[in-house]
Amino acid sequence: MREYSDLIYKYTRVDHLPHIWCAGCGNGILTRDVAVAFERLKLEREKTVVVSGIGCSSRAAGYLDVNTIHTTHGRALAFATGIKLANPELHVVVITGDGDCAAIGGNHLIHAARRNIDLTAIVFNNNTYGMTGGQYSPTTPTGDKGTTAPYGNIDRAFDIARLAESSGASYTARGTAYHTLETIQAIERGILHKGFSLIDCYSVCPTYYGRKNKKGSAVDMLIWQRDHGVPRARYDALSPEERQGKFPVGILQQNDYPEFIEQYQRIIDGCETEQERSAFIHD
Amino acid sequence: MKRLLINPRFCKGCGICAAFCPKSALELKDGKAALKERCSCILCGLCEQRCPDYAIFLRDEVGA
Ligand SMILES: Cc1ncc(C[n+]2csc(CCOP(=O)(O)OP(=O)(O)O)c2C)c(N)n1
Ligand code: SF4
Ligand code: SF4
Repeated sequence: MREYSDLIYKYTRVDHLPHIWCAGCGNGILTRDVAVAFERLKLEREKTVVVSGIGCSSRAAGYLDVNTIHTTHGRALAFATGIKLANPELHVVVITGDGDCAAIGGNHLIHAARRNIDLTAIVFNNNTYGMTGGQYSPTTPTGDKGTTAPYGNIDRAFDIARLAESSGASYTARGTAYHTLETIQAIERGILHKGFSLIDCYSVCPTYYGRKNKKGSAVDMLIWQRDHGVPRARYDALSPEERQGKFPVGILQQNDYPEFIEQYQRIIDGCETEQERSAFIHD
Repeated sequence: MKRLLINPRFCKGCGICAAFCPKSALELKDGKAALKERCSCILCGLCEQRCPDYAIFLRDEVGA
């Protein structure tokens, strides 16, 4: 008899469990959301690739039972771009942290979004660098503490979903560790979407960000998400006053900008002579 | 019929399942999730959905 949840059986390397994350870490919840989205879409494991960078969040690649590659810090989107270009039939999903994708990997993020390449980026956004002990990250709110901001962070935070949208991503969504159903659905739709999709999922790091900022336990941090995040349809029905202090959970925007690989293929198809063709395809 | 199962080997005692159970059917006992009384569990699966460690789950009793 299996000694763990059936929800994760098909797409999880169960022999690697229990995982390394701390008690109450949101990464375990979000990783399951990814596994459930894969299962609902019945993705072929052979045609699915999960690429991650470095960080607690990026350890998720090790637990998902598809083709996985745990790359270098900040570079997951660059590796993913190469994989997708080499074999456009693959579903290429990137799991990354707020530091991985918006600090060291910020340039890769804006250019992947600008190209609108058909990748799905899932951010486990915990407002800190968890793996290295709680330094402030590009999503640490102003005034909040980190080991590198003992008197409070003086920077303003990135909204990674808005950053991706303004850089050209054709699908952006918000997930949270609390709102599992909405997050699973946002991931599913992101995978189905043709173009660059980014699902910015608020995670919780009770060990560093939570403790440093007196946010209470993992439970308290999830209660905050429950009380401030509102599923998109319900959020849209709120008056401007009611929206104060709340944020929508679910799809934020979606459009049909031209997709990079299709454009690239068009150039290849348009090359008339073998000679021109060989400039693009190397055996 | 489903049944709620808990794997103490995976449970890290975060308390998320107990906090969000709509029936308050769960508690932490010696640092691990435990059912207070089986009869109050309505088998909704919310604990399973949010357990970060895949340690609490519903399972069909037949063939379990
Ligand atoms: C090139 C390089 N620079 C710095 C590091 C050290 N480092 C490892 S993880 C990390 C931050 C990770 O933060 P984030 O992506 O938010 O992930 P989290 O651990 O919070 O999930 C850093 C700076 C590294 N591994 N490689
Ligand atoms: S340090 Fe934070 S992000 Fe890393 S495993 Fe622990 S709770 Fe999760
Ligand atoms: S299945 Fe529902 S009612 Fe039963 S313990 Fe879990 S959350 Fe509570």
